[in-house]
Amino acid sequence: MSTATTTTTEQQKKKLCEICKVSRPILKRPKTGESICKECFYTVFEDEIHHTIVDNQLFKRGDKVAIGASGGKDSTVLAEIMTKLNKKYDYGLDLFLLSIDEGITGYRDDSLETVKRNQEQYQIPLKILSYKELYNWTMDEIVKEIGLKNNCTFCGVFRRQALDRGAIILGANKIVTGHNADDIAETVLINLLRGDIPRLQRCVNIVTGSEGALPRSKPFKYTYQKEIVMYAYFKKLDYFSTECIYAPNAYRGHVRDFLKDLEAIRPSIIIDIIHSGENFHFNEEFKMPVQGTCIQCGYISSNQLCMACELLKNLNSGLAKVKLSLHNKKLKSTNPQHQLDENNNQNNNNLEIKI
Amino acid sequence: MKIKVELSGGLELLFNKIKTHEITFDDKKSIPLKDLIIWMKDNLLTERENLFIVDGTVRPGILVLINEADWELYGGIGYDVEDGDNIIFISTLHGG
Repeated sequence: MSTATTTTTEQQKKKLCEICKVSRPILKRPKTGESICKECFYTVFEDEIHHTIVDNQLFKRGDKVAIGASGGKDSTVLAEIMTKLNKKYDYGLDLFLLSIDEGITGYRDDSLETVKRNQEQYQIPLKILSYKELYNWTMDEIVKEIGLKNNCTFCGVFRRQALDRGAIILGANKIVTGHNADDIAETVLINLLRGDIPRLQRCVNIVTGSEGALPRSKPFKYTYQKEIVMYAYFKKLDYFSTECIYAPNAYRGHVRDFLKDLEAIRPSIIIDIIHSGENFHFNEEFKMPVQGTCIQCGYISSNQLCMACELLKNLNSGLAKVKLSLHNKKLKSTNPQHQLDENNNQNNNNLEIKI
Repeated sequence: MKIKVELSGGLELLFNKIKTHEITFDDKKSIPLKDLIIWMKDNLLTERENLFIVDGTVRPGILVLINEADWELYGGIGYDVEDGDNIIFISTLHGG
């Protein structure tokens, strides 16, 4: 070992937390570059999320809030933080966990076991709602019917509605999801690369879905993935990590790698992209799709039938494989914006897959 | 020298689903972290090496802890692993 390295390491080992100046640092914060100890990390991590919640007025006393829970790292930390802050700052929220079971053997059935343990740890109710109950199809059955080409479209569209429906069944008036700063930065880039102006405008909003659907918020909007994972690690939180067996997620994967490469050089890049997204000014003449409701199920939709009912209609008539491709062709020839929406639906849903 | 290496956050899937590995190097007093990861790739990793190593370092998005602290506090890939060290690799790239 070289003397120079020993010296650096020795010096590093003697350094103290930049906040309390007492304890040994365990984390270099990506947002600020500060070296901080475990206790100070817990404090700043929790305080920042508390401030995000308060500054953006995400909740009101008495709100019944569904925590979208997948058993993964983000939603497990979200459940921990929401229960902790609700007690510490007396938000007066009625919290419960809401999990969606897509019916994917070997993927969701394992992660749901984690959510069940979370329910006991946090002492809050859990509701599991399945695609089978809601749509009469599991994802395994859908894949068997249509193959692996458009299955992520179905899953994403169904999941978005499933959370809303589950929350409404349980009498909730708000939903929170574990989307973090890294996820949002990825989505800004994806929408920018696709020229998807409506989604580019919406994706940085901390609360979405207020017109017609339940308000859905992201308390981790400014929270780095690195800190979420570190928090879960140091707190020994019980989470499940695996990839969906059906989702290759190629496009988002490229953007994620690109972002991670940039973050390694300049960690503030994640927050910088979100700030850019928040400050874009959009041409007001750009026509936004008019939101109405689905004539069949009443869910928010810009067409007569919402995407889920449209997809179900095709699935149930055994035409899903054929219809989806015809649908695309028809739209392509008539309305370029629709075509864009259609294409983006497939990938936009990957953000939903994260919860 | 004897060290412990742990893999989590889904990374263990690349290492035959084994999370904890005790490693002994009889002929060494320390090993550069960048050599250790190559050794792990050659001796422990069972699939998809590009999900673990990219350009001679740990793939961006994988967090590394050295004795329960962020490796960025200890010079990252330039760290020299010593006897008794505990190195933990956690993937952040798996679904949340």
